[in-house]
Amino acid sequence: MFAWIPMSPLNRKLLRDIWHMRGQVLAIALVIAAGVAVYVTVVGTLRSLEGTRDAYYERYRFADVFATVKRAPESLLQSMAQIPGVKWVETRIVVEVSLDVEGMDEPAAGRLVSIPPRDRPLLNDVTLRAGRWITPGRPDEVLISEAFSDAHGFGPGDTLAATINGRRRTLEIVGIGLSPEYVYSIGGDNLMPDDRRFGVVWMGREPLEAAFDLEGAFNSVSIALLHNAREAIVIDALDRLLDPYGGTGAYGRSEQLSDQYLSSEMDGLDAMARVAPPIFLAIAAFLLNIVVTRLIAIEREQIGLLKAFGYSNLAVGWHYMKFVLLVSALGIVGGLVGGAWMGRGMTAIYTEFFRFPFLYYSAPPGVYTFAALVATAATALGALNAVRVAVRLPPAVAMAPAAPPVYRRSIFESFGLTVFAGEPTRMILRHLSRWPVRGGLAILGIAMAAAIMVAAMFSADAFEKIIEVYFFQSQRQNLTVAFVEPQPVRIANEVRRLPGVIAAEPFRMVPVRLHFEHRSRRVGVTGIVDGADISRLIDMDLIPVEVPESGLVLSSRLAQILGAGRGDTLVVEVLEGRKPVRQVVVAVVVEEYLGTAAYMRVDALNRLMQEGSRISGLYLLTDPAESAVLYRAFKDRPVVAAVVRQTAALEMFRATMEESLTIMTFFLTLFGAAIAFGVIYNTARISLSERGRELASLRVLGFTRGEVSYILLGELAVLTLVALPIGCVIGYGFAWLIATNLVNDLYHMPLVVSRATYGYAILVVLVSALISAVVVRMRIDRLDLIAVLKTRE
Amino acid sequence: MIGCVEGTADEDFSVSADPETTASTADPHTVFETRGLTKVYGEGSTVVHALRGVDLELREGEIVVLVGPSGSGKSTLLNILGGLDVPTEGRVFFRGTELTSLGQRALTRYRRENVGFVFQFYNLIPSLTALENVDLVTEISRNPMRAADALALVGLADRIKHFPAQLSGGEQQRVAIARAIAKRPDVLLCDEPTGALDSETGIVVLEAIDAVNRELGTTCALITHNAAISGMADRVFTFANGRITGERHNETRSPVGEMTW
Repeated sequence: MFAWIPMSPLNRKLLRDIWHMRGQVLAIALVIAAGVAVYVTVVGTLRSLEGTRDAYYERYRFADVFATVKRAPESLLQSMAQIPGVKWVETRIVVEVSLDVEGMDEPAAGRLVSIPPRDRPLLNDVTLRAGRWITPGRPDEVLISEAFSDAHGFGPGDTLAATINGRRRTLEIVGIGLSPEYVYSIGGDNLMPDDRRFGVVWMGREPLEAAFDLEGAFNSVSIALLHNAREAIVIDALDRLLDPYGGTGAYGRSEQLSDQYLSSEMDGLDAMARVAPPIFLAIAAFLLNIVVTRLIAIEREQIGLLKAFGYSNLAVGWHYMKFVLLVSALGIVGGLVGGAWMGRGMTAIYTEFFRFPFLYYSAPPGVYTFAALVATAATALGALNAVRVAVRLPPAVAMAPAAPPVYRRSIFESFGLTVFAGEPTRMILRHLSRWPVRGGLAILGIAMAAAIMVAAMFSADAFEKIIEVYFFQSQRQNLTVAFVEPQPVRIANEVRRLPGVIAAEPFRMVPVRLHFEHRSRRVGVTGIVDGADISRLIDMDLIPVEVPESGLVLSSRLAQILGAGRGDTLVVEVLEGRKPVRQVVVAVVVEEYLGTAAYMRVDALNRLMQEGSRISGLYLLTDPAESAVLYRAFKDRPVVAAVVRQTAALEMFRATMEESLTIMTFFLTLFGAAIAFGVIYNTARISLSERGRELASLRVLGFTRGEVSYILLGELAVLTLVALPIGCVIGYGFAWLIATNLVNDLYHMPLVVSRATYGYAILVVLVSALISAVVVRMRIDRLDLIAVLKTRE
Repeated sequence: MIGCVEGTADEDFSVSADPETTASTADPHTVFETRGLTKVYGEGSTVVHALRGVDLELREGEIVVLVGPSGSGKSTLLNILGGLDVPTEGRVFFRGTELTSLGQRALTRYRRENVGFVFQFYNLIPSLTALENVDLVTEISRNPMRAADALALVGLADRIKHFPAQLSGGEQQRVAIARAIAKRPDVLLCDEPTGALDSETGIVVLEAIDAVNRELGTTCALITHNAAISGMADRVFTFANGRITGERHNETRSPVGEMTW
């Protein structure tokens, strides 16, 4: 082998060593490849997303600051433009309407956004994906968002019915568009994007002004900031200007829904890139260490000989280091290629969630270089100690055979645990206690494999728990009806009389800014009725939480953001109506997994608002058989802005989660299996090479292959069985790490790991162990009895 | 895990009456009979003829010594007799049963029940004590002697709790002999048993083999480079180039204790 390649004999030896150990080399390279691939995939995807987002935001002039008012005169534009730090200002009209889509029983939520009919919008420009721009003077021409049009198969030329300010109008779709404001297209109170039930409709400014009595006025403003502007100062100035006109408080990109989701997804990728690759590389380094240590032990005499011939210590050390570097190069190349391929796949998945006009996987070369360098350094470092042994070995000592290992009775025997065990079992126990560090490291390696899989599947468990708590314990309505404007409480009775309505529970939703110390946050406070039963607050132990008569209930995440706890007094700045500012005490902090919500009793909230009893919507329990009639009734009522079906929301939640989780789980499982196989196979192969002579002796004495295999594979079985529970514990630790680190404003994960997850992790490790065992068993079957016995120990 | 026990459906080792696999000379005192034994390793330019047609008979209770230079075929013959290797051509009969017709499982069974091996480098299991090394074999045998008795037979009654690393080379080799004979094998095959030992220790080991032969009647075949050892044998075969080039009968076996080299 390799005789035809012109090279030094030492290099030829190197290649032959690698060829000879190809199984082990491959297993280690696989683990290195996994680490490199995870890094390249995740960081490459992250950089691609960042690059795309930045380019998109810049090219289509995504605004920096957003504000909504009730109705402000267009003349305010000048004053806004003069706020220091403002680059561009654009006013618009944005209203929520209900859309009637053919073939869909329930109304869909539509957001009408005004665009100039002649020019392009100054900010938040719309990319035309199909069709053409609207024509001046044709009030019913609209553009619709691509996600909504894809979900319904709309195209230019189709029509869409909308209830606009109480009047039903037929809109003509002339184009399909995308906007940087709706990269993550989510509407209203939805948890996840629902492209069938939420659509953005861009319409000429004039028809919107006419329909909503907003001539010469606006209700939404977008601002682009100068490079060196300070966002907070601009927001303050803007709030002062808009306050008299029913301003609900300006906010920056960090509170803009689409950008917020995009950022939290990127944070998740970033966290993944920090945690997973180091684990893989550490395990690869450990594997290389044990393999090189063994290689050097076997080649002791050769090392002595080389040194006796005059090879320097450095030359000998470099020879073994080259072995390490070649193996890691093999893994790195595989990882880079695999990572680029997986990155492409992952980016393709993101194009499903995130609506960019373009999104290509293009990792900067630095990502590849960094991955390669870190992997090389990690593996070289891992093998350094083993190589140092070769360097330090004096030639005279090296040429003499190593002293035979001294065995003792194992610790198990001193406890009398092996009275009934046969000699082969004794051999297993003594071998294990002779090399406890090596066995311990192997256990750790196998445990890590199991742990990685537990961690991979933990997210699915966590989301199942979230679903269980949110959809089945807390939000038990099957329909949520939201009104365009707060309505008098009596509307509830009207709805209760509609066909199919079994029960209705009113709620009030008020936009506020909560202040505590120097921190503040825009949120919606939900007013809940006394003794709420359909939509309830649930604490961590799944016990319903009563909303107290007065005071605020904060979700744990919101309390964390504000740094406030039970008993603290918050300043509540209401952002609509008379905009009162009040002090309210935090009565309860409730552990919620989704969102950053605040709750009050609806009567307390109404008192705070200084207006009569008003409600924003109703949670309904309905008879599914009457759905069609009920939906029609809602479509006919202009006060209804949206009807959300809980099952649809749940389906969307599931679909979105599964899409992202399935692929991650698949890859991590694959990598976990690679580690399990890498560790177990290497452990077995090294044992086999060390003990081949011993096992061959037994074969000669008349032991069957099965009996001989028992000694070696029994040891593996002990290591694996000990590793499994440890792996489950470490896996739980990883899950804890993820749950505590992957906290964002959208969700945080409950720390729950199902039995099925542990079972699956254990199963994968066992199957990997079994495959390693079969491979080693085949080697035992081929043991050359004669050759082994002829050689000296 | 994988460790299923082989051989539940093994061919049995009672002497078969099948004419196809039975030796023509059905002498009950013949242990081994080989006919035209040839062994070729490798192929093409690297071909090595280890055995070139060996005919030989070993009789019950005798000690046979095989001498000859390295590569003359002695070890190959011993390995074939012990069921470790199979010939390229020719036939081997053990008590009338043709070994050359047996599969791997049956050969394992044959080694387990009928053959005791002793090697130049002892091949003890380092993680087991002397007693346990012997027990390793008695555990899987049908009618073994007690491990302690086997060790006593080779003069190691007081060393049974020692691990191999705590024993001298000669002691280790005697443990190996005890391990080989504890199952009461029909034959004891020894490949250079004193090769790694000095003369004094070597003699103690040979005395152990001689004792086993006298007390248990075990047929012994010994390979050696050392012509001085030939005196303890009933018959001495000289090997060269894969053939038997000479056979000598010793009228009387000289006592091992009187040997020197």
